[in-house]
Amino acid sequence: MLTILFDGVAYGMLLFVLAVGLAVTMGLMNFINLAHGAFAMAGGYLTVVLMQRLDVAFLWCLPLAFLFSASLGALLERTLYRPMYAKPHLDQVLFSIGLTFMAVAGTDYFLGSTQQIIQLPDWLRGRTEIGSGDWILGMGHYRLFIIGVCAALTVALQYALAKTRFGSRLRASVDDQRVAAGLGIHVNRVFLTTFAVGSGLAGLGGALGAEVLGLDPSFPLKFMIYFLIVVAVGGTSSITGPLLAALLLGIADVAGKYYIPKLGAFIVYSLMILILVWRPQGLFVRVGAK
Amino acid sequence: MQKRTLITALTVAALCSHAVFAQDNKFKIGLILPMTGPFASTGKQIEAAARLYMAQNGDKVAGRTVELIVKDDAGTPDTTKRIAQEMVVNDKVQVLAGFGLTPLALATAPIATQSKTPLVVMAAATSSITEASPYIIRTSFTLPQAAVSMADWASKNGIKKAVTLVSDYGPGMDAEKYFKDRLLLNGGQVPDTLRVPMRNPDFAPFLQKVRDIKPDAVFAFVPSGAGAALMKQFAERGLDKAGIRLIGTGDVTDDDILNGMGDVAVGVVTTHHYSTAHPSALNKKFVEAFTKANAGLRPNFMAVGGYDGMRVIYEAAKASKGVGGGDALLAAMKGQIFESPRGPMFIDAQTRDVVHNMYIRKVEKQNGQLYNIEFDTIQDVKDPGKAK
Amino acid sequence: MSGRALDALRGLSRIRPWEPVLWLLAFAAPAALPSHALMINEIAVFALFAISLDLILGFTGIVSLGHAAFFGMGAYAAALFAKWVLPDPLSGLLFAMAVCSVLGAVCSLSILRGTDLTRLMVTLGVALILLELANQMSWLTGGADGLQGVVMAPLLGRFEFGLSGMTAAYYSLCVTFTLFIVLRRLVYSPFGATLMAVRDNRLRAMAIGIPVSARLASVYIIAAVIAGAAGALLAQTTGFASLDVFDFHRSADVMLLLVIGGTGWLYGGIVGAVVFKIMHALLSAVTPQYWTFWIGLFLVVLVMTGRERLIRPWTWWGRSRL
Repeated sequence: MLTILFDGVAYGMLLFVLAVGLAVTMGLMNFINLAHGAFAMAGGYLTVVLMQRLDVAFLWCLPLAFLFSASLGALLERTLYRPMYAKPHLDQVLFSIGLTFMAVAGTDYFLGSTQQIIQLPDWLRGRTEIGSGDWILGMGHYRLFIIGVCAALTVALQYALAKTRFGSRLRASVDDQRVAAGLGIHVNRVFLTTFAVGSGLAGLGGALGAEVLGLDPSFPLKFMIYFLIVVAVGGTSSITGPLLAALLLGIADVAGKYYIPKLGAFIVYSLMILILVWRPQGLFVRVGAK
Repeated sequence: MQKRTLITALTVAALCSHAVFAQDNKFKIGLILPMTGPFASTGKQIEAAARLYMAQNGDKVAGRTVELIVKDDAGTPDTTKRIAQEMVVNDKVQVLAGFGLTPLALATAPIATQSKTPLVVMAAATSSITEASPYIIRTSFTLPQAAVSMADWASKNGIKKAVTLVSDYGPGMDAEKYFKDRLLLNGGQVPDTLRVPMRNPDFAPFLQKVRDIKPDAVFAFVPSGAGAALMKQFAERGLDKAGIRLIGTGDVTDDDILNGMGDVAVGVVTTHHYSTAHPSALNKKFVEAFTKANAGLRPNFMAVGGYDGMRVIYEAAKASKGVGGGDALLAAMKGQIFESPRGPMFIDAQTRDVVHNMYIRKVEKQNGQLYNIEFDTIQDVKDPGKAK
Repeated sequence: MSGRALDALRGLSRIRPWEPVLWLLAFAAPAALPSHALMINEIAVFALFAISLDLILGFTGIVSLGHAAFFGMGAYAAALFAKWVLPDPLSGLLFAMAVCSVLGAVCSLSILRGTDLTRLMVTLGVALILLELANQMSWLTGGADGLQGVVMAPLLGRFEFGLSGMTAAYYSLCVTFTLFIVLRRLVYSPFGATLMAVRDNRLRAMAIGIPVSARLASVYIIAAVIAGAAGALLAQTTGFASLDVFDFHRSADVMLLLVIGGTGWLYGGIVGAVVFKIMHALLSAVTPQYWTFWIGLFLVVLVMTGRERLIRPWTWWGRSRL
């Protein structure tokens, strides 16, 4: 049971890293970006290509995936996304679905439609087991690694949000864009940076997740619902909200599949619907926020 | 990239040629395959094999020119049905072929019956398909054939307790049922039967459950493509170190992606009707020609289903001398006995299903590449789903 | 209501001269192009599905990514009815519509509150749950293999559903046309006007006394019934139902259809269905594997240049009025 908890936490943290960018941009720019998964996929595929064709070490691929997706995000934000901010939500949904389709088909064309396989370095492949009997805790080293990286990222993000000037500018822009602009905050620049970092994190998540979640061209479509669940349930006005939502989702999913395999998928969706009907603004909303 | 342009060009050419007035005396074969979507690799393999057969055996049979019309159904059953209906009504095909998945074949069965057109199933593997219409012939295989053979081998090799782990859809449930029944018949135990959802297959919790049950072996079936993830999770959870063996049907070690799986796959024992490394002269020729024509792509069991399907169609057309329509063609398809790259096989005249050898294979490394090496054979396995 | 308001409404609902022409063409199509009867059948079914989405999306402003839930429910209900109760097409259609009204009523509770994102998620979640249910209850639905063996009796006792698809095409066209007339009447009525008010400014609508929740619920149920009818048509004319009817891409496709045709006027669904299916057929012939790329590109360009401009060719050049 502890192992399942451990696996659920690892899965949840991975989902968090993948979805936090989406949460922040949605809260910040009120833009429903269904193409977020495409940035994650970009990071994943970059890792695959670097490792398979250029023999780059796995650890190097992670920051490279982050940078690649971040630059991609910055580019797209400046060119394509910016005109879309003022448009109604339906247009945004369509636009991002269109982008996703293009990304999926393009990846299929250039890299084939089979599942991509990466070979982890040896030091990430082991497994440690503590305890015995029913309380055995089996920790795969790779999942430990994921938890470690994601925890570090969470701390860094929280620090950046709470203690840096950029963080306060970001929080101001999320709370009320017009007043923030009125105070002299360069809202466009905040958008650009946030979007880039969010996409970069997604790319990093995609690279980390290639081993655990699988990577094929339909990745954005398959996992979009999970990201959206994290954002909808966690709310868009903080970092801890999506974190808790992601952990909840990860543990519920893994535990559901283990204990009640027949109903595994139901649990996640029903839980989400119930939570959203009960608290439409998300579970963890700061009072007074938009 | 060349292959893609080749395939696109061929598709366009095939479609252009079909735009020509359909009143001539061509022998038309309607090949409906999933060329896009998650099962696109199936479509790719079968199309390549079908074209290889045509290239090797010419495009004339019984005095008529053969025309291969390839259409993509993206794995959606109502698209398959509509395409099949259009092919029968508009293009007036003589034979329908392909069908990458069970629901696609089942959906099209009524059309075959209504229009008296033989339907050659080259990929789908659920037992009940051939019973959906008297015009259906199968050249692929059935999951029960593989599952039962595996259960027999397992019982003879010290595996008393096994947990089944299958993907939650038709062929998976077939594999689970037949393996379980046969193992129980042989005096074994099946403590649990686990089903993994098709959509987001995450094997981790299921394999964890297997680990906790501690059987002698876990019998796995997943659609081709998911085998790699399964292998990796198997090793990561430490199941091999806990003494649990991984056995399954050959879909888990699909030749198409076997090489990319890495060393985790070595030693896995599976049963299947075809391995790229099958040691026969005919297979060697087939593999060579296939890899040459398709930029190094290794043919897998899907390809051989397509190749043999074309053989059955060609020979039936020759035997019926191009006259007599669907019924004569069907009669000539039933009972064909021949040597295929997989080994000897024949089409059972009663059930219209395929009867072939089942091979027990182990994954081994040869010349730096991974292959399924056959080490045991079960002769002439009929589909247990029907052989009562 | 004042005289002017009533006149304005009546003006909207007056039958334009091109409308009867369009429908005449539609009905002549299967006879004129018999080899495409199957395609026409599909177009009619998807047009009806899109019109039902237009009701909630275009007229009431509810963004739904899970409308396939009702489509699929209608399909399975009709297929099961034909298989186990009575193979008569029309009774099956009515049964499917009744089932969907119940489902719509239940689901309408979930879309009343929350933001657009919440609604998106909830509708998506419902469709996915139904997909899983259909998969799990394979003893009833045939699971992933689909529900086979649905043989329809001749329509009205006389018209067989043959291989050519002519009966199917005419059946679908007639049902679509009938339901369309009903909806047209509904939408250009005071009821419809309140829907548009809710869409445009919910707060103000509430302020002038429009019962917003009741309106949302009732229009959602009506849309569910129509979508269910479309699903039933699909199941009946193709002779089976598979899990695919609940899939996300169905919901996404129908939204795409509607957007191409234009939301907010019922013909958007029809125009969209025609254009989309033809585009699909053409693009698939050229690049069978990658047509989603072109559709994606089309969507992006469409949204960036302004959706309303697609069906108004005179706005394609010159500056956008946005």
